[in-house]
Amino acid sequence: MSAIVKPVNQKAWWLILPVILCVAFSAIIPLMTVVNYSVQDIISPDNAVFVGTEWFTSIMRDEDLHAALWRQLLFSGAVLAIEIPLGVALALSMPARSWRASAVLVIVSLSLLIPWNVVGTIWQIFGRTDIGLFGWTLARLGLDYSYVGNPVHAWLTVLLMDVWHWTPLVALLAYAGLQSIPEAYYQAASIDGASKWAVFRYIQLPKMRGVLMIAVLLRFMDSFMIYTEPFVLTGGGPGNSTTFLSQYLTQKAIGQFDMGPAAAFSLIYFLIILMFCFVLYNWMLRVGTRDSEAAHD
Amino acid sequence: MARIELQLAHSYARTVRSDADYALLPLDIVFEDGGAYALLGPSGCGKTTMLNIISGLVTPSHGAIRFDGVDRTRATPQERNIAQVFQFPVIYDTMTVGENLAFPLRNRKVPADRIRERVGRIAEMLDLSGQLDQRAANLAADAKQKISLGRGLVRPDVSAVLFDEPLTVIDPHLKWELRRKLKQIHHELGLTLIYVTHDQVEAMTFADQVLVMARGRVVQQGTPADLFERPRHTFVGHFIGSPGMNLLPVEVRADGAIWLGGQRLGRPEALALPVGPLTLGIRPEYLRLASGDGADTVPATVTQVRHVGTSQLLGARVGDRDVKVHLPADAEPPAEGAIVRLALVGPHTRYYRNEELVG
Repeated sequence: MSAIVKPVNQKAWWLILPVILCVAFSAIIPLMTVVNYSVQDIISPDNAVFVGTEWFTSIMRDEDLHAALWRQLLFSGAVLAIEIPLGVALALSMPARSWRASAVLVIVSLSLLIPWNVVGTIWQIFGRTDIGLFGWTLARLGLDYSYVGNPVHAWLTVLLMDVWHWTPLVALLAYAGLQSIPEAYYQAASIDGASKWAVFRYIQLPKMRGVLMIAVLLRFMDSFMIYTEPFVLTGGGPGNSTTFLSQYLTQKAIGQFDMGPAAAFSLIYFLIILMFCFVLYNWMLRVGTRDSEAAHD
Repeated sequence: MARIELQLAHSYARTVRSDADYALLPLDIVFEDGGAYALLGPSGCGKTTMLNIISGLVTPSHGAIRFDGVDRTRATPQERNIAQVFQFPVIYDTMTVGENLAFPLRNRKVPADRIRERVGRIAEMLDLSGQLDQRAANLAADAKQKISLGRGLVRPDVSAVLFDEPLTVIDPHLKWELRRKLKQIHHELGLTLIYVTHDQVEAMTFADQVLVMARGRVVQQGTPADLFERPRHTFVGHFIGSPGMNLLPVEVRADGAIWLGGQRLGRPEALALPVGPLTLGIRPEYLRLASGDGADTVPATVTQVRHVGTSQLLGARVGDRDVKVHLPADAEPPAEGAIVRLALVGPHTRYYRNEELVG
């Protein structure tokens, strides 16, 4: 080994200073503000009392929060279970080239271009039984449909709205993954006598793994933070049936001005998302590679 | 296994106006059962198109392809029972090496013990036995291409195995070894192999029969020796050999003597050449420096002498044409700029009119 002694150079710290400043102002300082709120009871700007973990304890025991959390998990789970397979199926049925591919891409991505509160408004009107096409049709079919009165209907409508709004994103990502597969793979599979299912299972799905991982993470994070659309559509009702975590948090922070519990909850919320993303990412990194199985057989 | 007959033409364009629109001009070829064939030609000559037509990935726009006399023009690759290996390795990432090799058999519902036996045999031939349980995705490019080759060879009942420049991604020293292996496998399994390449050494060492292609046409089919000794077309003469055949414009006079410019080259015995302009072709390997200033030789100015391992390559100018001459490695080469005399007419000299062999 060479015996070069590296000179100690502390000037390098100046080079990373801009990054430290950027991260500090964009992430760390705002987060610390929330931490600050979460451990104090701020009665007035000059009168704050340190309360330790009291807000955390109380928020963890909040029954409404538990209900909202389960509702949220169920919703995000349903979103992933529907949108990912549906998006992949959509991508598989999209034309691969020619002008039709461009036309289909534009049509598919239309719903992604609509502002979120407009999506809520569209579905609010769409689902009405008097003037909305969707609600009117269901009513005409003899269904007693009402997203304002029936919790199940409200829930399904929010889910349907999310599927309508975001499946195209999954489809576009999956489509990009499919387009990157060289033609030779399909030719080889055809020579090897692979069935359509085998082509999907052994070529298309493995090659889409990377983009699907991104799709799952994006859809999970985004659906876990859903706020605008159900707020516009149902306002969280009927009752609390469509009150998801973000809306619950807003009610606490702005509606009731409970800054301490709201801050404590924000931190927990943040940690939950972080944890789920971490678990999902690591699980998806492993699944399909079968490193563990291959060692045994 | 099958005898494959091609009587077809192919154009990728929908409307065909001229010969240039054809990827393959009308042709009539037979691949005999159990033969080792090479399709050799420069890029864009139609060799990959022909391969894809044989495998069924491309349907010819005109004509038919028959397997053992049965028309298979519209059959899928599966129905034709063809195996094909592509230029770049295609492997199934999520499978192990063994599963990759077994894939074509599993898809055809071959019994498990038979699969194990075939995979074991092919893996042994390709030196993959120790890696059967490894994941294929993590291997190097040449190992991946060996898997592709293995998948092509694993089915014992295929009509033919087609190779589309399969050794492009392989290191030169492994290329030699793999080519030898393919040849050995051909002897052991007796499969019909068709091998596409633009590398003449690869074609000549691999195949019993080489089809030289140019601009959508098969210009000559023959053994490697045929292509070397009697190129039927000036393209073959020039394309085969390194460097290729020397081609010079000459004239046959009424007495049967051949003239280059104002220089008499001689009168080839036992050849009835048509009177008029011709192209004379002679390989650098058969050109010799003539001693003295004897009759029937042409003067040439030496422009370059290079040592190329087993021989010396001499560049010389005859009139306004460049000529290459192979000299033995131990010969004393003439100095650059010196005048030498070349005997162009000899037993290995060929004559062409309109690029076609006439004698």
